[in-house]
Amino acid sequence: MNGDLDVLRLAASLLLVAVAVALSSVQQLRLSRTILWASLRALVQLLLVGVALELVIAPDRPLYLAWAWVVGILVYAAVVVQRRAGAVPGVFTIALAALSASAVVSLGVLFGLGVFPLEGRALVPLAGMMVGNSMTATVLVTRRMAAEFRDKRDEIEARLALGLPAPAAGRPYLREAVRTALIPQIESTRTVGLIFLPGAMTGLILAGAQPLEATMIQAAIMYLILGSVATTTAVVALGVRRRLLTADHRLVLPQARGQRR
Amino acid sequence: MADDLISFEGVGFAYGATPVLTDLDVRVPADGITAVAGPSGSGKSTLLRLANRLLLPDRGTVRHRGIDVATIPPPTLRRRLGMVFQRPSPFPGSVRDNLAVAAPDLTDDQARRLMARVGLAADLLDREASDLSGGQLQRMCLARALATEPESLLLDEPSTALDPAARHGIEQLARSLAEAGTPLVWVTHDLEQLRRVADHVVLLMNGRARMSGSVADLDAAARSDPKIAAFLAETPPEAREDADER
Repeated sequence: MNGDLDVLRLAASLLLVAVAVALSSVQQLRLSRTILWASLRALVQLLLVGVALELVIAPDRPLYLAWAWVVGILVYAAVVVQRRAGAVPGVFTIALAALSASAVVSLGVLFGLGVFPLEGRALVPLAGMMVGNSMTATVLVTRRMAAEFRDKRDEIEARLALGLPAPAAGRPYLREAVRTALIPQIESTRTVGLIFLPGAMTGLILAGAQPLEATMIQAAIMYLILGSVATTTAVVALGVRRRLLTADHRLVLPQARGQRR
Repeated sequence: MADDLISFEGVGFAYGATPVLTDLDVRVPADGITAVAGPSGSGKSTLLRLANRLLLPDRGTVRHRGIDVATIPPPTLRRRLGMVFQRPSPFPGSVRDNLAVAAPDLTDDQARRLMARVGLAADLLDREASDLSGGQLQRMCLARALATEPESLLLDEPSTALDPAARHGIEQLARSLAEAGTPLVWVTHDLEQLRRVADHVVLLMNGRARMSGSVADLDAAARSDPKIAAFLAETPPEAREDADER
């Protein structure tokens, strides 16, 4: 099979959506409409992105368009984080700072050391993968931190009352939240390739690349994701800690249902 | 006044839109046990938390020995004013680990002395803190607070969650600490307990201090103030049990 998948063959793959819908109705899961909507939405989104990418990263396009794209997805990712983990005040700023820091570090390594050539067609998809994975980890660590600090508020206040400064009082709970957020990424790095072939590698092989070449590219991408997820998670956890434990060493939990003892 | 342990001057505090303290003027003397009583929601715990800056007042000034607490770094202030909470909160690890959170350089000898001070056997030091009974846990929290060598202690209903024997133990312990020169501020809703332990009383109602003085002053105030009389008439269940036995 070569790379050009035309409309007819794409339509044939929709048969698989039909299978999912059929299963849903047989089992009375009441998910048929959701599945259809999600599939349609995904297709439209991807088509739009495809068209936009044509405009941004075609070989004759200037590089700044690709950079603008990267900035755009960074901001959008921070918006998504705020929407999904908005209980913590100021999480948009924290997420934007963390994602940007991690983009600078990881893209800096990849392009600075010449792992990939600095071209739009490398920059945009790599940044997309990096930001996407980091965004998920950011949401996870933010929610985890808020939950951990809420569950352990008595312990944290007891530590503060013993005269521990805010960073020390929060450290055990921050560590727990960061571990929880990082473990899925470490797990998937450890088992990669044993069960499923990751997306980039699958795509490269389908497009006709040699498996070994595809493997090396995939490995570099995996390290990119691992590094950027670890960087964002650490920065976000610190940022959220500073929101919940103030500079004057008080625990300030976001108001949940207006309840207090 | 510089002689007071803690003083509140025109202090106001609200949780969001809910006012708790409206205009609190109170002086806590620097000796003995000061019991802070009042109906639930009258701001007793809030008062303690304002004293060690776990909360900040919306208005007014809180002083520790005459110094505005806003000018003292909170960790320093909190090491001077140890605090024990209503619900004991053990940290993960052994009893010794718990004491070490308060005093990282604690020697074995010091740890044993702390345990003796709160009436716990030294062989509990290497027990998991979460395996202790409620009474033992609260004593451990007291030892943990004492490990920072505070000059006074804030107790937020420390015996409410305990059985009568453990409650009695905590009261005796507090008494001996007070007699050895550590002033205590004890928040309680239990009037019988107040009569057993208090040298001074602060009664909070509707976000203000309704009276402050000795236990005798409280009874005298009840004769002229029907609200105080009504509050005192709400006999706690423990006292009723005692009366039945008599």
